[in-house]
Amino acid sequence: MSDLTPTDQNSAEETAPALSRLHRALDSDLAYSFRRSPVAMVSAAVSLTLILAAVFAPLFATTNPFDPSSLNLMNGFTPPLQPNAFTGESFAMGTDDQGRDVYSTILYGMRISLFVGAAAVLFAMVLGIVLGLLAGYLGGWVETLIMRVADIQLTFPSILVAMLIFGIAKGVTPVEYRDQMAIWVLILAIGLSDWVQFARVVRGATLVEKSKDYVDAARLIGRRAFPIMLRHILPNVLSPVLVIATISLALAIIAEATLSFLGVGAPPTQPSLGTLIRIGQGFLFSGEWWILFFPACTLLALALSVNLLGDWLRDALNPRLR
Amino acid sequence: MTDPVLSIRNLTVEIPARRGLFRPVENVSYDIKPGEIRGVVGESGAGKSMTGNAVIGLLDPPAHIAEGEIWLKGRRIDHLGTEEKRAIRGKEIGMIFQDPLTSLNPLFTVGEQLVETIQLHLKLSSDEARERAIALLDRVSIPNPSERFDQYPHQFSGGMRQRVVIALALCSDPSVIVADEPTTALDVSIQAQVLDLIKELAAERQVGVILVTHDMGVIADTTEEVTVMYAGKVVESGKTDRILGAPEHEYTRSLISAVPRPHVKLKRFPQVSYGGRETEFKIEDLARNWPKPEASGSGKLLEVKEITKQFVVKSSIIPSWNSYLTAVDQVSFDIRDGEVFGLVGESGSGKSTVARMIATLYEVNGGRILFDGEDMTAMDAAGIARYRRQIQMIFQDPFSSLNPRMTVADIVAEPLLHLGILPKQEAKLRVRELLDRVGLAKDAWRKYPHEFSGGQRQRISIARALATQPRFLICDEPTSALDVSIQAQILNILKDLQEHLGLTILFISHDLPVVRQMCDRVGVMKQGQLVEQQETEALFDAPQHPYTRELLSLMPRLEQLSG
Repeated sequence: MSDLTPTDQNSAEETAPALSRLHRALDSDLAYSFRRSPVAMVSAAVSLTLILAAVFAPLFATTNPFDPSSLNLMNGFTPPLQPNAFTGESFAMGTDDQGRDVYSTILYGMRISLFVGAAAVLFAMVLGIVLGLLAGYLGGWVETLIMRVADIQLTFPSILVAMLIFGIAKGVTPVEYRDQMAIWVLILAIGLSDWVQFARVVRGATLVEKSKDYVDAARLIGRRAFPIMLRHILPNVLSPVLVIATISLALAIIAEATLSFLGVGAPPTQPSLGTLIRIGQGFLFSGEWWILFFPACTLLALALSVNLLGDWLRDALNPRLR
Repeated sequence: MTDPVLSIRNLTVEIPARRGLFRPVENVSYDIKPGEIRGVVGESGAGKSMTGNAVIGLLDPPAHIAEGEIWLKGRRIDHLGTEEKRAIRGKEIGMIFQDPLTSLNPLFTVGEQLVETIQLHLKLSSDEARERAIALLDRVSIPNPSERFDQYPHQFSGGMRQRVVIALALCSDPSVIVADEPTTALDVSIQAQVLDLIKELAAERQVGVILVTHDMGVIADTTEEVTVMYAGKVVESGKTDRILGAPEHEYTRSLISAVPRPHVKLKRFPQVSYGGRETEFKIEDLARNWPKPEASGSGKLLEVKEITKQFVVKSSIIPSWNSYLTAVDQVSFDIRDGEVFGLVGESGSGKSTVARMIATLYEVNGGRILFDGEDMTAMDAAGIARYRRQIQMIFQDPFSSLNPRMTVADIVAEPLLHLGILPKQEAKLRVRELLDRVGLAKDAWRKYPHEFSGGQRQRISIARALATQPRFLICDEPTSALDVSIQAQILNILKDLQEHLGLTILFISHDLPVVRQMCDRVGVMKQGQLVEQQETEALFDAPQHPYTRELLSLMPRLEQLSG
């Protein structure tokens, strides 16, 4: 579409006044594409609502599910929106076997799910970017080593890798710290199983950028490899990383839920969405469907909205699809 | 007078864009008679390709024909549906695109592609189609057509591939061929052959050809009629001789005057400005603060002695099993103080590799490079660091030579800060001063590269190269990605730099007329070797080496242009 570039740049210069940073951001093509995509707007609204609700859980929750003194066992198994037979209390999403308000438990559980997901993606991203940059820019045996390790890891299902790491970590931590450590081990396990795709994409983008003249211009004045990687190449390979990070976040949340569902993730004392689903499925066939249903829906909404947002971002950042 | 085979009447193409309606083609009309070649010329963004695409019905949505009519042999075709357009495309209207690499399918043999196209449009048996395909290959001068019939596109050279594409376009005896920059991706020597072929075929088969190009030389050589476009509109249309010889419109005049003359060396490129504000390069202001050029001891700033560069093509664990490609083979030349030395050659001749070795971007496999009498190839990193500020480079592609994520101020300041030439505050002032001197707007420093046009970006590149006040400038095809009028501006700037600042320049180009205008002495490279080295005038007037003679004879001529 080179024919679209205006031939007279000077006129553009005159008409475009100096814009503020915020103004520029709102005026950008990305913001424009966002405003034109209903899917992006809805999924952004849903994920933002869920994330805010999780972050400010104490403000929105009716009870604190981690505080045993606020629980009343008499409230157990209250169906949604019906008053309890004994206490007369009513809960929007019902209660579980211990009388915990499902709605409040979901908010607190989502906090843990989101925290684990975000931290795991951040960890995977940093690791993947560093290794990808090194592999792409330095080439040679560094590249061979990193990419072969990545290839090998890709032959295992990532959930298996995560379980393996989780198992090893659990084995080496002392019993009394296990529950505290569980969250961090979960982050490590999911992060380590997820760095490969970041490394692959960054390596590919680095190979493209490396051959561009601006890198030569920097080498010409004697800049060394590491400053070139950080200052010149890194900012130019970040947009695909952003896309993968968003989609990975959805996958990491699901991975966490899967691990917790399998019982190797967040402990029942700090229930994440996955833990809640695991607890809930025990009651599904005895008629207390709400204990499973609401956490599962929340997980679905969260993962789907984040994923759709990532999809939109990928399309919007790829000029060929416009 | 024969009836036109194709006529375009008041064609307007619209693209609904984010900020209002954009009209890349506005009110364009022209006719093509059978056997005639109509050139459509203009700079990038002039809408010349878009007109061609509208004719063959291949506008990318949301672009669409808003007004006007296209008539093919008395039938109106602009409002036909997709199916009907497809039936016409290929059968009635053939296409030749710029890049022969992408217009052939690499997975099918050349013969299969020809037979498929023939059978699609003409009801012929396989044997008849094969016969016809071989005859076509023979007609486009492909040697041993019946053997090459079964070969794949990658077994053909660029020029041969473009011949196959021409054969494909001719498959169903079309009445019109749209050729969009058919020779831009080819070397000069091949360009001439391909153009001759198109010319011959047009006359022989009475096909009307729309030849879209940015190259005035191609227009002068090939076409009878020419249409000049600017910003989507036709500014002038008529006989090629008349338009080139006595252009009436001011834009045409400015376009023609900007074309480098192959036969005579001018002091500066004449510039007739048209549209847009003239951006001035303030050489006097720049010269005021420039250090006096120091003379090197021997009078030779750079001595290149038998340098060789080999690339590993196939690497093996055992070094002696590696296979190599010798890109540069024992090349020697000197560049004197304050001189512009040109290196010319076709693509793959190793001229850019030489430049990169001098710039220390590539290591030398053999030979020595002496800068100001000191051997750079024998120096350690610290030794080379002293020369970094003295050698700077301007790259070919202004779109990839500036980091898109850095502001212009950061880009130009980087050499100053990294080499520790100026502290931060002073560097900031120096950068703004430099940007002003190369003719950029006052607020240019805080913008990002994508906000500038190709010519403006090349000015930013120049500002970056000048920041360290170098003595030696390497220009690697600095204008081959630019339109002619912008090329003239940039080349004038380089001339000024050499004249007023006493810079020594290594100028690399494949464009002979440009080299004649720019250089004091010229070296000709072929397949990694320097075959001839001469004063520019001597080389152009009396070339010694047969290869130089061949290159010169193939230069696109603009004989209509005198002086």
